[in-house]
Amino acid sequence: MTHAPSTTVAEPSTATAVVTGLGIAAPTGLGADAYWAATRAGQTGIARIERFDPDGYPARLAGQVGGFDVTEHLPNRLIPQTDRMTQLALTAADWALGDAGVDPAELAPFAMGVVTASSAGGFEFGQRELSRLWSRGSQHVSAYQSFAWFYAVNSGQISIRHGMKGPSGVVVSDQAGGLDALAHARRQLRRGTRLVVSGSVDASICPWGWVAYLAGGGLATDDDPRRAYLPFDADAHGYVPGEGGAILIVEDAAHARDRGASVYGEVAGYGASFDPRPGSGREPALRAAIEAALADAGTAPAEVDVVFADAAGDPEHDAAEATALVEVFGPGGVPVTAPKSMTGRLNSGAAPLDVATALLAMRDGVIPPTINVRPDPAHRLDLAVGAARETPVRTALVVARGRGGFNSALVLRAPR
Amino acid sequence: MSARRVAVTGLGVLAPGGVGRKAFWSLLSEGRTATRGITFFDAGQFRSRVAAEIDFDPTECGLGAQEVRRMDRAAQLAVVAVREAVAASGLEFSELPAHRVGVTVGSAVGATMSLDEEYRVVSDGGRLDLVDHRYAVPHLYDYFVPSSFAAEVAWSVGAQGPCAVVSTGCTSGLDAVGHAVELIREGSADVMVAGATDAPISPITLACFDAIKATTPRNDDAEHASRPFDATRNGFVLGEGSAMFVLEELGAARRRGAHVYAEISGYASRCNAFHMTGLRPDGLEMAEAIRVALDEARVAPADVDYVNAHGSGTKQNDRHETAAFKRSLGEHAYRTPISSIKSMVGHSLGAIGSIEIAASVLAMEHHVVPPTANLHEPDPQCDLDYVPLTARDHRTDTVLTVGSGFGGFQTAMVLSRPDREDRP
Repeated sequence: MTHAPSTTVAEPSTATAVVTGLGIAAPTGLGADAYWAATRAGQTGIARIERFDPDGYPARLAGQVGGFDVTEHLPNRLIPQTDRMTQLALTAADWALGDAGVDPAELAPFAMGVVTASSAGGFEFGQRELSRLWSRGSQHVSAYQSFAWFYAVNSGQISIRHGMKGPSGVVVSDQAGGLDALAHARRQLRRGTRLVVSGSVDASICPWGWVAYLAGGGLATDDDPRRAYLPFDADAHGYVPGEGGAILIVEDAAHARDRGASVYGEVAGYGASFDPRPGSGREPALRAAIEAALADAGTAPAEVDVVFADAAGDPEHDAAEATALVEVFGPGGVPVTAPKSMTGRLNSGAAPLDVATALLAMRDGVIPPTINVRPDPAHRLDLAVGAARETPVRTALVVARGRGGFNSALVLRAPR
Repeated sequence: MSARRVAVTGLGVLAPGGVGRKAFWSLLSEGRTATRGITFFDAGQFRSRVAAEIDFDPTECGLGAQEVRRMDRAAQLAVVAVREAVAASGLEFSELPAHRVGVTVGSAVGATMSLDEEYRVVSDGGRLDLVDHRYAVPHLYDYFVPSSFAAEVAWSVGAQGPCAVVSTGCTSGLDAVGHAVELIREGSADVMVAGATDAPISPITLACFDAIKATTPRNDDAEHASRPFDATRNGFVLGEGSAMFVLEELGAARRRGAHVYAEISGYASRCNAFHMTGLRPDGLEMAEAIRVALDEARVAPADVDYVNAHGSGTKQNDRHETAAFKRSLGEHAYRTPISSIKSMVGHSLGAIGSIEIAASVLAMEHHVVPPTANLHEPDPQCDLDYVPLTARDHRTDTVLTVGSGFGGFQTAMVLSRPDREDRP
C-alpha cells in the first residue's frame, strides 16, 4: 500500500461551527466596514442600471456593486478567465480570510474546504461567448468558457487560489442556496474538516441576465429607487435584483479557539423545506423550515432577538412569510428586518449577506433598518423601519426562499 | 444511537442507447457503443462532431405538452428517470410524510440547450448586445437558475423536505447522491430522490470543449471514438442522460421488505487545488478521496471487487486516474477489474456520475462487470486490468466508483451489498 496523506475520517459529531471571517461585496459597500456603515445608516444601493443601457427594458433599477476595480484585487492572469461574480467572490474570499486571520499556507490542505452556492453561474461571461459563437462562429469562443460560466467555478477558483483540498461543494437552490451552502459547510466540519470557505456571490446584471429576470416576472418597473422594492408594505409590488453577496469563514470552534481567532457567532441551527406544487392548495412549508432550524439550534422562539426576512416584495409571498413568522413568534413577537431593501435581491448572494449582517448586528448590538417601507399592519410584524435599533442581539434567524418553493432558515448565536 | 445507513431501493436510467435501465444494461453488458455523428444540429463548423445522443421522445415517455414546453431537456430526462426509479422502489410516495422526503439533482451545466437556443433568438442570431426581452419564453428564468430541475423532481414525487441542485462540474452525479446520503444519515430526511441529469449537446458546449481540445476529433469513426485507456485516445465524447435513485434509510427499507439493490457505504470528495481543467499526474487528491470513502465504508482495498472508473478518454485523465488507483489500492489495483462505461455512453458531464452508480448497482445485481469498449491498444502508462471489449462474469459485492472534473473536484463512492455482514 502506498503512502496516503494523513487526514482522519472523523465520526459524525456535533462539532460547533463558528464564523470567524467576513468578506462582503454589496451594492451598499465593498468590504465589511463600508457595507456595515452604510447599512446602519439606511443608505440605499439601488439605482438606475449603469452596466448597460436599460432604456429599452420595462425595469431599469438594480443594486449594483460600485467602484470595484478588479485590477486592484486580483492578479492579471486571473482576470480574463473569470466572470465578474467570480472576481467579486475571489476578492471577498481574500477579505474573509484576512478578517479571520487565516493564512491558508499554514494549514493542512485537506483540512480546508470550499462550499459555495450559485444561481446562474458566470452569466455575463456566458453572454459574451454566446455572442461570439452566434455572430462569428465556434472558433471564436474563449478557451475559458468551459469553466468560467458553470456553477462550480467559484468553489474551484477559491480552492485553487488558496490551496484548499478538503471536501468542497456547490449548491443551487435559487435564493435559498446561500443558507444551504453554509449548512453544508457545517456538515463538513462535523465530518472532520477544520475550516470551510462558504457563502456566495452572484452577479448577473447584464442584458442577457436582465432578460432572464424579466422572464421570471415580478420586477418593480419604477424609476424611483425609493418606491420600487417595498417588502411588507401595503404597496409592495415587485422586487429589484442586485449583485454581490458575502463569503464567510466557517470554522470548527475548537480549531478557532486553538489559534486564538475571534468569533462573530455560531451557526447554531438550520432547516430546509420545499413547498407543495403551486395550485395544490396545500400549506406552504416555510414554517416547517423555521421550526426545524430552531429545533436544531435548541432555541425557543422567545430567545430570538431578530429575524432577517426573505422579504420577497410581492403581496402573496410577503403574506406567506409574515404568516409563518406570526405562527412561530406571535403577532409582533420579534423584530423583523430586511436590509435587502437597500441592496435589492442578490440571488444566492442574498442570504450569506444577511448572515454577515446579522453577525455584525450581534457584534454591535444594532438592528439595521428596512428602508422606504411603511409596514402593512395586516402582516402583524414588528418591522424595523426608521433608524437602526440599538438593542442587544444574541440570537438571530435568517430566512431565505428560492423560486419554485425552496425554503431555508438558519439560526445564528452570539459567541458564548 | 446506531448510525443510519443508506439503501438504494429504486433506479431509473436514460442513457444513450435506449430508454430505461434494461436497455442501458444490455448496451453495457454486450459492450455496444452509442456514440455517433451529431444529429441534433448541423455540427459542420466544429472540430469534434461526435456525441452520444439519446433517441428520446418526451411525449412517448409520458410527459404532457406543457411539461415538454416548460422543461429543459435535462429536466425532462430527470423526471422520466424518476418515474422508473419510483416504480422500481415499490414505494407509495403519496403515503409518505412529505417533509421527510427530499431531492438532490446533480447537473454540471444546467439548462444549456435551452439557454443556447433562447440566446440565439433574443440576440437575433448574435446580432443584438441589448438582447430583446420580447422574444424570450416565460420559462427562461427556470433555465437561468437550474434549481428548477430539483423543483420539477420534487413536484413529480410530492417531496417537501430539503431540495437542491448540486453542481460540482463532472463529479455532480456522485456528489448529488453523496449529499443525499449525508441528509439521510444525519436524519434530515428518510427518503431521498437523488441522481443527476445533463443534456449538454448544444453548439455552445461543443465550442467550449473544441477550444481546449478536450473532445475527440475522431469524426470518421464515431462508433469507436470514445477510447478510454487506449493508446490512441484523444479526447472524450460528449454525452447526455440521467440516472435517478430512490434512497432510503436501510432499516426502514428492510422493514417494508423492499428489494435493496445496494448500500451506499462510503463517500468522499476532495479538490486538487491545482487547475480548473488540468490534472497533476500523481493522482494524490483522488487517491485521498478513495481512501476516505473506503475507510468510511469499512472496506479494505483488497475487498474492492470492481472499480467503475471515470475513464473519460483524455490523455491526462486516464493516467491521473491510474496513478490514483495504484496510490489508494496498492497491489490490489493490478488485480481488480476496472472499466469505463464512457467508452459506450460517452461523457454526460454532471449526469455521468449517477449513470455510473447505476452501472455499478447493475453490475452487483448481475455479477457482471461491464467492459471498456474500443480498448485495443493499451497505453503503457495505463497498465491495469480495464476489462477490454467484453463484459466479464465476476462476483461483485463491493464497487468503488469515482469521478474527476473541472474545478479540480475528485469524488469517490463505495457501494456494498448490505447483507455482507450477515453472511458467515
